Parts: sequence; structure tokens; C-alpha cells
Amino acid sequence: MSKMDKLNIIKKYKNDRQEYFSRHKIPSGCAIFGVINEAGSRFSGRMVMDGISVMHERSNGLGGGFAAYGIYPQFSNNWAFHIFYDDSAAKKQTEEEIAGSFEILLGEEIPTRKASAISDPPIVYRYFLDIKDDFKKNRSKNNNSIDKESLKEAEKDYIVNLVMHINKDINGAYVISSGKNMGIFKGVGFPEDIGEFFRVDEYKGHIWTSHGRFPTNSVGWWGGAHPFGLLDWSVVHNGEISSYGTNKRFVSGFGYECTLSTDTEVIAYLFDLIARKQKIDIRMIHLILASPLWQEIERMPRDNKELVKALRILYGSALINGPFSIIVGNTGFMYALNDRIKLRPLVAARKNDYLFVSSEEAPIRKVCPSPDSLWHPDGGEPVIGIVNKKVAGKKGDGTRSVRLDDQPVKV
Amino acid sequence: MALKLNQSEFIIERDENKCISCQVCVRQCSNDVHEYDSKGDMIYSDSLKCVGCHRCESLCPTGALKIKERKSQFRTNYNWNASHLRDIYRQADSGGVLLTGMGCDKPYTVYWDRILFNASQVTNPSIDPLREPMEIKTFIGRKPDRLEFKLSRSSKNTGVRLKTKMSPQLELSTPIMFSAMSYGSISLNACRSLAAAASKFGTYYNTGEGGMHKDLYKYAKNTIIQVASGRFGVDADYLNKGSAVEIKIGQGAKPGIGGHLPGEKVTKDISNTRMIPEGTDALSPAPHHDIYSIEDLAQLIYALKEATDWSKPVGVKVSAVHNIAPIASGIVRAGADFIAIDGLRGGTGAAPKIIRDNVGIPIELAVASVDERLREEGIRHKASIIAGGSIRSSSDAIKAIALGADAVYIATAALIAMGCHLCQKCYTGKCNWGIATQDPYLTKRLNPEIGTRRLLNLLRSWSLEIKEMLGGAGINAIESLKGNREHLRGIGLNDRELEVLGIKHAGEA
Repeated sequence: MSKMDKLNIIKKYKNDRQEYFSRHKIPSGCAIFGVINEAGSRFSGRMVMDGISVMHERSNGLGGGFAAYGIYPQFSNNWAFHIFYDDSAAKKQTEEEIAGSFEILLGEEIPTRKASAISDPPIVYRYFLDIKDDFKKNRSKNNNSIDKESLKEAEKDYIVNLVMHINKDINGAYVISSGKNMGIFKGVGFPEDIGEFFRVDEYKGHIWTSHGRFPTNSVGWWGGAHPFGLLDWSVVHNGEISSYGTNKRFVSGFGYECTLSTDTEVIAYLFDLIARKQKIDIRMIHLILASPLWQEIERMPRDNKELVKALRILYGSALINGPFSIIVGNTGFMYALNDRIKLRPLVAARKNDYLFVSSEEAPIRKVCPSPDSLWHPDGGEPVIGIVNKKVAGKKGDGTRSVRLDDQPVKV
Repeated sequence: MALKLNQSEFIIERDENKCISCQVCVRQCSNDVHEYDSKGDMIYSDSLKCVGCHRCESLCPTGALKIKERKSQFRTNYNWNASHLRDIYRQADSGGVLLTGMGCDKPYTVYWDRILFNASQVTNPSIDPLREPMEIKTFIGRKPDRLEFKLSRSSKNTGVRLKTKMSPQLELSTPIMFSAMSYGSISLNACRSLAAAASKFGTYYNTGEGGMHKDLYKYAKNTIIQVASGRFGVDADYLNKGSAVEIKIGQGAKPGIGGHLPGEKVTKDISNTRMIPEGTDALSPAPHHDIYSIEDLAQLIYALKEATDWSKPVGVKVSAVHNIAPIASGIVRAGADFIAIDGLRGGTGAAPKIIRDNVGIPIELAVASVDERLREEGIRHKASIIAGGSIRSSSDAIKAIALGADAVYIATAALIAMGCHLCQKCYTGKCNWGIATQDPYLTKRLNPEIGTRRLLNLLRSWSLEIKEMLGGAGINAIESLKGNREHLRGIGLNDRELEVLGIKHAGEA
């Protein structure tokens, strides 16, 4: 067999895997762990690596990853893309695609270290990007009344479309994160090994989430590991949602195409749609994703009843049904939520400015032996950690689009 | 006796040892099948008149009667089957369009029977509906594009209040409603049973196109008012005697054609309800004569919304025809708050047999393609979809919802619960079960209290079954099933059918 043939077979195998992922829904059990420093001070990824490693038994080595916020302060106002490539052809094609609408300020291979447990990694690149002036000019020209805020939103919509286009249409290229001052590191392996591989301990961030995966089939594809990212969102998730088909059809009506067929992907789209596009306050999202039961709604005071009923009527298809616990990251906050009848574990703890959320108590005790408080949130009761606004960013960088100064809406 | 080419469809077996000549069968049969000979103290039966409604058999106190289908009345021929021969003989006798009742009974593929539902194993726990809440409350109506809120100090807990005014919604305790059956096509007792059951269970019944009898006004909260092409009984009062208004464009059993209630059936009561003179034919034209296009429909929708002070959802009922998807899209864009789609096998009180058996498409395919189309266009939230046209069981209902419907309409199933035996002779007005008739001798056979109880039981058992199936699939709210085709698999369907239904084949992960 010639070398060319061999390469072709490898390439075909890789494409098949991506294709496989796009066709099949893959149920998985998992470990999740997240830490936020609400004062906004940045801390090393070593802490989450240590934490998640305790839950080794909850994953099976077929996926692990980290999402980190505040790791690129020198590029805090530029888009940071992390991309997996199977080969240089995919890289070339993708870079051409990106260069069409972005100035590439820096494009480099993400530094890794050799880890014995990690095999067959793809080419891993990161880019720091600025949208070209043409984009803004064109938008302004087409619509004179367009204000700065709408322009920002248009830019984000454009990025959502671009990311979906690359992931769907370019063979062997996969954008794994596309936010600002944040990045996702993930791959096939146990999370602690993935952390070693990506030198996660060398980064400092103010929010970290992590994930160890237990997919119930054997396909290992780096792009299929978690966290899942889109814009500033990152999602780690434990569970298998039985409403997947409904949720998928719901977001598809708004132009989000689920290419990975994973629950995590559709949850990320739900957050982007509801919180960013439809501007539902993050403090109210649990009333949609893990809506109170009708019997609870009936007992609420009139105003609350009207509000929650309307949310449920309108967003019935966004209700996430079945067992899940999720940690969602964004520039300014970390958000954890359980399904409404608590079919998956979730533990939270506070110590000084730190807020921890985890599948189990052990990782919290590992990195913080004596927390000030530790609790098991009820089903449907969110845990929200919010970064000091001064640190979270300047006005207009997206962090203001949700109000971050209060507790979740209690009903 | 004149030459009769047609042969009887049924065999009436009377066990002379058991028959006590009590004449129950004679009195019960409105088709005069049984005749008592007082001289010989014998009962004779003319099987040619028998419609196979099994009323006499059910009521025979000694079990002496057996009504059997006569399989071999003509020589076997796979091309010219008995139905063809019988129809031609009848047409050669009468020279008319052959009528029939109930839904299409031809052996077209019943897709419900080719779809299997899912359940949870290991990775996702199933939920026990006897121990955990299982929510099947459903809302019908237009949903806003998005919600707006305002901060409020007065609101104690949330600090947030709803700013958006929600459009009117129907609130259903179960995703099952009674479909349109007019007073005229069915008896007042049947109407009473439907209305009372809907009201007690917290769902809705539909008046059909025959106006609304005064006795039913008290069920207004659970009534969907129908406005059809004949506009029978329609005035401002009537429109406001329900919780929603439905414009009837078509019916699954007879797409494209109107209706005809013969003058002899227009009794005093019906004449009052329909607002037409006693004894005149009640003709529903094929089209609405003020709707010749989609913009005309929009006008009627908004006229009805104005007439009801924008307080009720206004929907449109159409039969499932070939290009139902674009039609539905047009209806949503014309302002309808819900679309009721009636499939090929939907029932009727009277329809030309040739239309009933050959026009339209099955509801399964229609719902799948309409839901898909509305989502593609981003307007699915603007209108609810109600699927009807032969929902025979709770599993049909759950499959309809998973394909994309919000709720289902049942009518034939409701009539069966009240005693209907599907003899398909509704159009004769001689219903022995007291349902599809106005003959006081026959209508008193249906006790509305018993009818109500039986309908309530039907709703209850289907709702329980739906909860069981939901729980098994690890779902505890019906919302999470809507359009959730991941939970369906086809069996014995070809690629094209699977594609239209938007589901995978059984065995595919």
C-alpha cells in the first residue's frame, strides 16, 4: 500500500468519524466541575485539573476538556478562535475563509506538552481576530439607523454563522471555541491528561469549567469532546436529555443547526438564543430550562404566576427534560443548573471569593478542604457566580447584555 | 318481487332454541330488518336491510342473535371486488352519487401502525407517573415572538413582571379535544355528552357547523365555535358563546366539497339552532363564497377577531391535501392562531363515498410536513397544530405530538365510546345507537349522563396511557415531546416515507 493510499484511508476514517458524530446522538454520563473567582482574580488551571482528576471514575477516557475565561488579557477585545484541523488542507481552507472577513492578529499552534496518555491529536491552532472595517461599513451602509449595540449583535450573529459554516462544510476543520478572552481545551483522554497535554496549568483565568466524559459508545473524536463553545458561551453537561429532539427542532427554527447531535451542543444554542438573542435575563433562564411544575405555578402569587406561565407557554419547547446538570460559562458569570426533578448530582460551595460547582463533593474538598458553605442545590434551582463588573470588562463588550448584579429570580 | 342484484352484506343467525319472541330486535331496528309474525309467533329477518350495527345482537336478552359478515357474497375477484360490484348495482338502481358515513375504510397504509415509540434504558432513567408529576397540560394559540419584562418593586418575589400581553390561549388539561360534529349530524344528547365531558375534564368540544343549541350555552368555556361555509347559526352572540372560533374550510372525509342536511331532518329545534326555516335543506357550499383566496381568509380571520374583541383564538380547519404544507404556511401568515388538519381517514356524517375513499392524504404525513415547513419558515410558534382524522388510541395521539402536533382532535373515537359500531350509515339518519339521528324514538337511547361518563372515562384512560408512555421515555412534560421525532422509529417503511415523516427506521441509533 502506497503512502498516499494510507493517508487517504486515514483521512476517510477521520471524516467518517465527524460524519458519524453528526448523524448519531451519543448519550453520555459525565463529571463536571467549575470554579469562579467572583472578585475577578485569575488563578491557575491547576486547580480545576486537580479537582476533576478526583472524579476519574465518572469518565472513561473518551473525552475531557476545560473552558477558561480571562486567559488572554493581552487580546481581551479580540475574537479568540481555537480550531482543530485534521490536515493542512483543512487549515488552509479555513484560514482563507476567516481572512475573508477578519484581520488575523495572531495565528499560532496552541502549545502542548507530550503526554503519554494522549494519542493521535489533531493540529490545534488558535487565532486572535478583529472583524474587518468593511463589515461594519457595509452594515451601516445598508441600515443607516443601525446603532453600536446592533452592530455588535450583527457581528456576533456573523460569527455564529461562520462557525457553523466551518464546522459543517469544511472537512477536517472544527472550531471549538470562538469567544473573547476565553478558550476551550479539549480532546480524547481523561481530563487530567488533556490538561497536561494542553498545559492548562500554565494559564490563569477567573472562571474555569471542566468535563470528563463517559460516552456510551466507543467513537473518540476530539471535536466531540466537551466543553462545547460558541461565542463566549461554554457548556459542560452531565446527563442525557430526553427532550433533545424537541429542543433541536426549536433552535432549528431560529437558524441553529445541530451538527454534533450532542445534548451539550443544543444546550449551548438554547442559551445563545434565549439569553443573547431574545434577551431573557440570565436570572430567569431556569424558569424556562427547568420550568416549575404546573402545580407549583398554580400556587404562585398572581404576578409570578402570569410571568412563569407565559415563559412556559412560549418556551415549552426549550424545557430541558430528563436528567441533566450543567455548568455554563460566559465572560462575566458561571451558571450551574440541575433538571427540575434532580435526576443528576450537583454540589456547590463557597469560600471567600470562590464559588465551586461540581458533580460530586470530593473535588471541592480536594481543592478547598474547608469551604465556608456547601450545599446541594434543588432541582431547577440555579447557582450563579458573577464576576466583579470592573474586571468582567468594559461597557459594550457583551457582559452588560445581561444584568449581573443580583440573585436568580425566586418564585 | 323485483329483481335484486345486490346481495346482503350480513348474515343474521337466530338461534330458534334461544329466541323467546320478545321482539326487542324488532323494536330496536330502525332499518326494519326484523318482523314479528303474530300468527306463528315467529320473527323473520331480512338480512338485505341489515347495516351491521349490532344493536339487536347487543340487546337480545337471550343471546339468540348473531350478526356475521358475509364474506363470499360474490365470486372472488381481486380486481372487481365486492365493493365495486355492490356500488355499481346501487348506482344502476339509483343513478345517484353514493353516500357513506364515517371515515375512509380502504386499506391504505396506516402510518400510526408503522411507527414505534421509544423508552429509556440505563443512560436516562424512566419516570414513574404514579410517583412523579407527569405534565400533559397543553396550550393552543398564537405565541409571541418574544417576551418583554419590566422591573417592578410591587411584585414581592421576582422583582420582574411580564410586559408583553399574551394572545388568548386555550388551556387543555390533556392534549385531546373533541372534533367538530354539528347538532344535526348528531343528536342533541350526543352533543350534550361531548360538551359536558369536555367541560368536566378541562378540554374542549367543537360545535361543528350547525350553530349552537341553547342547552349547550352553559358549556361555553369549553366550546370551540365553528364557522363554516353555510354560516348556519352564526351571529355575534354565537361567536361569543365559545372560547375559540374555528373557520372550517375542509374536512378530511370530503376535501373540496360542502355539506347537505336534508330538509326532513331540519326539525324545529334544528331550524332554530341553524337559523333557517323548518324543513328546508341546509346546504353548505363547497367553498366559502367570501373566501376565494388566502387574503380573503385573512379578512375573515380578522373580522372574527374583531367580532370577538380579540379575546379568543381564531383558527382554521383544513383537510389534509397534497400541498398541505404551503397551505398551512399561508394560513399562519393570514393570522390564524391554530390550524386543525383533518386527515384522509377523518369521519363524516355524510360524504360521497368516492370522495371519502380517494381524496386527501393521511394525517401522519400531513402533520410531519406541516410542522417541518412552519419551522423552516420560522413561524411554527405563531400557530398551534391540531391533528385529526382518525386518532384511534392514545398511542396515535402521542405519535402525532412527537411528529409535531400540539394536540389532537378525536370524533370517531368519541362516538365509539358512546356506542357507535361504525356501520357507516350515519347519512340515513336511522342510527340505532341514538347518535347520528334526530328521530326522538332513537335519540332517547343515548342517555347524556351515561354518554358523558363514558367520554370522561375515555379521556381519562388515554391521558393515563399518555403519561405512562411519556414516563417510560424519561419525559415528564408533554412540551418535551412536541416535534421530538427522535423518539419515533419507522417499521417497514421505505426511505421516502421515512424522509417525509422525518424519522429513522427501527434499528437505526
